[in-house]
Amino acid sequence: MTAVTIDAPATMTSGGAFAGTGTLVRFNLRRERIALPAWVLGIAAFMVSGPHVYADLYPTAADRANQAAVVAGNPAMKAMTGPGFGVEDYTYGAMLANEYLGFVLILVGLMATFTVVRHTRVEEETGRFELVRASAVGRYAHLAAALLTAALASLVLGLVVAVGLGTSGVESIDWPGSLLFGATFTVTGLVFAGVAAVTAQVSAFGRAAAGPAGAVIGIAFTVRALGDVADNGLSWLSPFGWMQQTRVYVDDRWWPLLLGVAAAAALVAIAFMLVDRRDVGAGLKAPRVGAEAGSARLGTAGGFAWRLHRASVFWWSVAILLLGASYGSVTDVIESYADNESLRQMMASIGGATFVDSFLSFICAIIALGATIFSIAAVRRARTEETGGRAEPVLATALSRTRWLASHVTVALAGGLLLLAVGGLGLGLASAATTGESRWIADLLAAQLAYAPALWATTAVAVAAFGLWPRATWLAWAVLGWSLLAMYLGALLQLPQWLLNLTAYQHIPRMPVADFTVLPLVLLTLIGAGLVAAGITGFRRRNLDLA
Amino acid sequence: MSSVIDIEGLVKSFGRVRALDGLDLTVRAGDVHGFLGPNGAGKTTTIRILLGLLRADGGRVRLLGGDPWSDAVALHRRLAYVPGDVTLWPNLTGGEAIDLLARLRGGLDQRRRAELIERFDLDPSKKGRTYSKGNRQKVALVAALSSNVELLLLDEPTAGLDPLMEVVFQDCIAEAKASGVTVLLSSHILAQVEKLCDRVSIVRRGRVVQTGTLAELRHLTRTTVEADTVRPVTGLAELPGVHDLTVTGQRVRFAVDAEHLDAAIKALGAFGISSLVCQPPTLEEIMLHHYGDELNHQHVGATR
Repeated sequence: MTAVTIDAPATMTSGGAFAGTGTLVRFNLRRERIALPAWVLGIAAFMVSGPHVYADLYPTAADRANQAAVVAGNPAMKAMTGPGFGVEDYTYGAMLANEYLGFVLILVGLMATFTVVRHTRVEEETGRFELVRASAVGRYAHLAAALLTAALASLVLGLVVAVGLGTSGVESIDWPGSLLFGATFTVTGLVFAGVAAVTAQVSAFGRAAAGPAGAVIGIAFTVRALGDVADNGLSWLSPFGWMQQTRVYVDDRWWPLLLGVAAAAALVAIAFMLVDRRDVGAGLKAPRVGAEAGSARLGTAGGFAWRLHRASVFWWSVAILLLGASYGSVTDVIESYADNESLRQMMASIGGATFVDSFLSFICAIIALGATIFSIAAVRRARTEETGGRAEPVLATALSRTRWLASHVTVALAGGLLLLAVGGLGLGLASAATTGESRWIADLLAAQLAYAPALWATTAVAVAAFGLWPRATWLAWAVLGWSLLAMYLGALLQLPQWLLNLTAYQHIPRMPVADFTVLPLVLLTLIGAGLVAAGITGFRRRNLDLA
Repeated sequence: MSSVIDIEGLVKSFGRVRALDGLDLTVRAGDVHGFLGPNGAGKTTTIRILLGLLRADGGRVRLLGGDPWSDAVALHRRLAYVPGDVTLWPNLTGGEAIDLLARLRGGLDQRRRAELIERFDLDPSKKGRTYSKGNRQKVALVAALSSNVELLLLDEPTAGLDPLMEVVFQDCIAEAKASGVTVLLSSHILAQVEKLCDRVSIVRRGRVVQTGTLAELRHLTRTTVEADTVRPVTGLAELPGVHDLTVTGQRVRFAVDAEHLDAAIKALGAFGISSLVCQPPTLEEIMLHHYGDELNHQHVGATR
């Protein structure tokens, strides 16, 4: 007989729940070697270019004072940017903090969210997690490594931004302020990494984990915007509000960052607590059993596509309704801005529209961009069906490629239209309720629906890419991102008109402010139809991408 | 019409990789046709071209008398497909996925569906995300087998199924064959192929290297002979086609090429046979016969 002695492996003594975290962090960084540097450099380059852009645009103190009047007095600007600290003496630093920070921090939140979800829930869903956990890797290691990866990215981003701004040499962009500015980026990254860590534990699937985390970013932005417009302290409930309360380059207050650090620590603690309470591969929400047979509708192309998208249509409708209603609920506050005689004169001098009209037309554009996110994601769903292998058995049935793709595209375009209607109704009903003027319902519904052709044309870019150049369905996100930037910065940075004209949304009549014009809507719809036709034709001719 | 699948000189490249390199394949109506070969030989690519999911770069392909690319939808009404790695929709139940796939194909036999769910011991009320690999295969199998079709394209359909379910599967294919359905069965499970298939094609690096009935294939390889003789055997090693001869006392064992079997047995008879066992080559041996030099080749390639 052979005697076998089993030595305790070294890792059993040095292990514990965090065993393997360091290896996983290095592994994560290796996997993220393209994506994270792209996020960090992209955000930092955009941010660091800010002071130079301002120095060119507003060379004199008088120019800046003019801009201060526009920003401080206009509720739409407050919703878009922030509370407007330092408008009395609107230095380049104050401009940067007021007009850039609130917007750019959204990108930081997205970076942290995607990073954490990709290295926790998505890993678990694909089964790779199981393989790794079966080696000498502790229970907390994946979450700890994902958080450390996101934290590292946030830290590097903060440093790059601080150094980039500190060395800009633009007047009033000093080192103390620049360090604080960078620190807001790092802390924001930490907060949303914490949010994503919690949602990743609660929901059973990766997409379902990114959704709630993304919703938290949206809510944080909306709460901040509403709080700043109504000036009622609500902004203190939002991480974005905390960052703006640092009054960077104006008063340089560091203490609001403590709120962010505390929130991040609490969220991380909760996430680790939740890890102990659930099994690998399962969320805290247990999956349910369902129907044993498919309904008759499911057996049709349209019914099948609707089934795949209906939950997302529902939740998006709820979100857009709330978004519209929450902005509509401050319409009466906006009206009170008009009591200020000097502001009213200023508004009259720059276009003649009322505050309320310009605020609401801006909100309509925001809602339209939000609804487009749904539509592009719905088209991209067709791509994940294809690459995930689920399209293969379906297209091996008597369902033609044209009908398969057309049914997804129909849900995307009709769903987008539905969201516009829901958003317009939410905005209109809430505005009518707070101001007592029922005309808002029809006016805002019309204003919102006018964006449909822009939504369709932008979504159609995704369809065309899917058929003709399937690896580039991100192109549609790029177009949407540019549309958002153009809307924000077009006004602030006075970009050349031809650049703005590249986005569909610029051609939509700003309805409460401007009059309805039919021609751009018809042209955009035709462009969209052409792109969809090109996408479907391309899809009929190409190979499927199969694993 | 005699052939359901007719492929000549099929070529398909992915970038610089030539997945199919002049593949020929004919599947006759009513046959269960085994499609064998190692991973990466081109079996799945061939099936996906037959389904019109991939476009051929060259060669001629006819499926049920039509063109698999341009007539895809019409042809798909007449066939059912089971992939080797079934992915289901996380939020659809297995039952819904069965109905979806079968109805998109043009309807299904409800009695047959219920019977198959029973026989495969599948719980159709669970969501797609909760099924194990074997259960996902069952969903695709039930959807395919409960459809009324002329042709089944099965790409390693029982990967992940337990041995009991393997038996159920073999019964189902035998029933399908009895009712006149043609089957193209790509498989690694040689026992399954030996049991079910009328004809077999062996693929290697994008080409079919051998095709025929199992008996014909066996003819091309050696039979193992074991015998006890009254007198010790001598001189057998000099006969053509005899290999690996071992004689221990009155017991003899050797392998012989099919065309020399007759001569070898006659020579053996001269020593007085008291017991005789002849083993035809197993499919495994046939496979190894075709891939043996590939293994050597890979070895050379690795050391080069």
